[in-house]
Amino acid sequence: MEQDKLVLHLAERLAYIRDVFGGERRENIHLLTTKLEDYRLRESGLSPEERREAVLALKDLFSVVESKLEAALTPMNRVRIVRHPQRVCLRDILENVYDNYTEIGGQDEHSIDPAIVIARAYLTRKLGKVTVNQSVMVIGHEKGHGQEFRNGGSAKPWGNAKALQYMRVAETENIPVHTYVFTPGAFPIEDTPGAAQQIAANLYGMSSLRVPVITVFSEGGSGGAEAVALADKRLMFSHGYYSVISPEGAAAIEGHARDGERVSPDLVKTCAARMRITAQDNLRMGYIDRIIQEPCLGARSHHYEFFRGLRQELLRATDEVALTVRGFAPIRFIALRNRRKQVTKGMDFEKAYVRWNLSQAAQIRLINKRHKKYRDLSRHAAPDHTPASRHLIGLWQELRWGVYSYFKYNLLRRHRQRVSDSLGELKSEWNLLWDRALAPIRHILQKLRGPSSRVSAETARQLTELSEWDDDQEQRGNWIYVSPRAREDRAVTCPNSREFGCLDIWGPDLYGEFAGVCPNCGHHFPMEYQWYLHNLFDPGSFFEFSADVEASNPLDMPDLDAKLAEAKQRTGHKSGCLTFEARIHDIRLVVAMFLGSFRNGTVGAAEGEKFIRAAERAKRKRFPFLAYVHATGGIRIQEGTNGLIQMPRCTMAVRRYIDAGGLYLVAYDTNSYAGPVASFLGCSPYQFGIRSANVGFAGPGVIAETTGLSLEPHYHNVYKALARGHIQGIWDRREVRYNLNQALQTMGGRNLYYK
Amino acid sequence: MVDIRAALEAIKASPYKEVRVLAPHTGVVRFAGDLAAGALVEGPGGLWKEKLGTRLATIERERNPQPITSPEKGQISRIRRELDGAFVQAGEELLLLRHYLSREEVLEEVLKQALFLFVAPERARYFFVPDVDIKIKVSGPKAVTVREGDDLFIMSRMKRETSLRYAGPGGVIYAVYFTHTRHVDAGRPLIGVCPPDLVAEIEDVVRRVQTEWQEQA
Repeated sequence: MEQDKLVLHLAERLAYIRDVFGGERRENIHLLTTKLEDYRLRESGLSPEERREAVLALKDLFSVVESKLEAALTPMNRVRIVRHPQRVCLRDILENVYDNYTEIGGQDEHSIDPAIVIARAYLTRKLGKVTVNQSVMVIGHEKGHGQEFRNGGSAKPWGNAKALQYMRVAETENIPVHTYVFTPGAFPIEDTPGAAQQIAANLYGMSSLRVPVITVFSEGGSGGAEAVALADKRLMFSHGYYSVISPEGAAAIEGHARDGERVSPDLVKTCAARMRITAQDNLRMGYIDRIIQEPCLGARSHHYEFFRGLRQELLRATDEVALTVRGFAPIRFIALRNRRKQVTKGMDFEKAYVRWNLSQAAQIRLINKRHKKYRDLSRHAAPDHTPASRHLIGLWQELRWGVYSYFKYNLLRRHRQRVSDSLGELKSEWNLLWDRALAPIRHILQKLRGPSSRVSAETARQLTELSEWDDDQEQRGNWIYVSPRAREDRAVTCPNSREFGCLDIWGPDLYGEFAGVCPNCGHHFPMEYQWYLHNLFDPGSFFEFSADVEASNPLDMPDLDAKLAEAKQRTGHKSGCLTFEARIHDIRLVVAMFLGSFRNGTVGAAEGEKFIRAAERAKRKRFPFLAYVHATGGIRIQEGTNGLIQMPRCTMAVRRYIDAGGLYLVAYDTNSYAGPVASFLGCSPYQFGIRSANVGFAGPGVIAETTGLSLEPHYHNVYKALARGHIQGIWDRREVRYNLNQALQTMGGRNLYYK
Repeated sequence: MVDIRAALEAIKASPYKEVRVLAPHTGVVRFAGDLAAGALVEGPGGLWKEKLGTRLATIERERNPQPITSPEKGQISRIRRELDGAFVQAGEELLLLRHYLSREEVLEEVLKQALFLFVAPERARYFFVPDVDIKIKVSGPKAVTVREGDDLFIMSRMKRETSLRYAGPGGVIYAVYFTHTRHVDAGRPLIGVCPPDLVAEIEDVVRRVQTEWQEQA
């Protein structure tokens, strides 16, 4: 009976190997198949003892071949491993790693999103004779061994919202959060709260979560993974992958596939290798902290030894995070040093008890440490060619602004504010008393004078004359910069002409006086970023900084160097993000502008670095910060995780800026999609769209391809985004300058530099 | 009185609708390469008709070429190849399409002539007034005769109920297009009314269309 079970198990292992290797390693698979078949044919003629020996021999053969195959695993094999229905899933981990748990995010299909599992669990440790249960909040994606309703672990926006809600609960209860990433990517729909906006909210929330967060990656697919993966310690299964895009998606882009066209398996394999998606690659690049070793060919539900190892790693990681921020610095230092020594000697973490709840001071240290950790990531991928002398001057200026701002805003303004508040209160009290004292005299005087009917000349003028045209509000076609397309003598058809009957527009009119706006329906044709640069900001107020941070090719992708060189030559910029200081009606602000003409506005390590520096500059100088998105096609996939990591990095920079009292505005023009919208752009409380722009997570083609949903036309249009509550308003291009000024005045107030 | 059989015969005699494709504005026309009389073309497709039909020609004015696409599924019966590469005025006929009627379109056409459709004035749930409702449940809608001004419906929307009077020519209710469980959009038909003596004839025509109509290319 036991032999039968073993043979069945071996057959399952063989099927698994076949799935993982597809058409590869045929000789090994053939050997195992033949041996298994051979045993089955001989089985009936064998004595029980011979059967036992034969099965054991077969088992050994399987182990030997599996070890051999393990050494030959390619990145694409690893992708197949993590997607296999036999792969460990979150509920296996809850069952085998934690001592007890209760699911709180729903039950199977009766859940707001079955792709997300949330549970309160505890890990038990022995402290001498005392048993201690340490609570954690476990949140992660659930693939459910191929259960269809789990959607393959693709979390819907409301699933991510639920995850964030329970992270906040953990924060209230002061218990650590363990998150598990088992997702090929988020379910890319815009229904409220919206895939992009919710991932942005999660990143924004997690960046300052006041409890330790430990993340374990198995399948880390793009933004969907980031939604729960902003952590103090990021661990990864040895057979997992963590990537900005699935290998199939990368191959479709690389192979210029159209309308769901299939690309060759070889190209998919090549892309999987080039993208550096494995645990080893990510560890080398610094995007994960440690690798959790899995058994040969990946962990499955029956690998109990693996679960024991995972439990140890989780205890170790949570302890480490808590220990690095708890208590006094010298004691912390000694404790950590002792612990490191014990770890090298093979410490059993079950027997070492560390409290995981944090004091307020420790929570602040934890958040600062988390921000520093992310700030230091991916710097190698964004080379800065600023000359040393300019670099030194920059550092000196930063120091100067820091000191100046500290004295002006932290010391002087705070005290001045207090004095001013007290004086204000005194004055209003005095006015009240004075009014009451004079009231009888005023009453008598009014009686003597009789009713007054005199109206001042100014009031009379305002009431009787027509209001004057406000030149500031509307530039009336007198644009400082005119598009070069205005020189072409040709007619242009509005894309809405079928719907609204717009007549053809003469190019010089459209791109000149009309600022690219259809005079009939108001459709906004895309304009060059220079148009905004010159027509939005006060003339002569433009001052660029961080111009020497350069987009690079950290993964040595073929052709990317040539493509980047072409973009740099054509645009005259070294990256797709232009960072500068400028003024609008004399209000100084820092701007990060994403240029659609530079690799479609994609964000890589250089763009992320520049954006962060801009946010830091705005924070240091107490200026409002504007992200003007001329266009962005998402994260630059050719940079792999170096690009993806910009999502949490930049969101954290925004969080630091907003928490310090800054005013962060985002304006979307033309098309803005994917990672940037799902992180540092989407987290702004004030987002505006320029008419006819599109804002969303994935484009219509990707949504149709991945979800099978057919989308209504204009699904990503800003009006739809406004109706869904993703943005706060829509601006006409000709009035952006006026509206920006208005936004700065109303959202920032008189002292808008610092709230 | 409407001669419903004659209407059907007329449709059968020419089971298509002719669509003239005109130049939308002045410009130089270039027909799509392999297009010839007899070619089959597709109309707009997709759930929201967002996919354009077959490209028939391109018209260029002021260095602005614009495609002209097929507005209906059908067959090209005439193409004015002599205009290829020539400057045309707005409204000039470029092609003539023959759109063959489907079974649903024929039925719609026949019933449009035979029935008076009383439409929903606003999006709401609709009920028949109780006495009419009982009659319909017992003997079917054709047992109910309506006259202009009859209190026929109860319109229920957002916790309020309003009675609705029938307005239109008198007759029997031939068809009911709503159920009380579903909301009906404004402008959608609620009932179809026809003269009592036409009921049998309409039923016969509908049956014939449903069983005999052969849809052409």
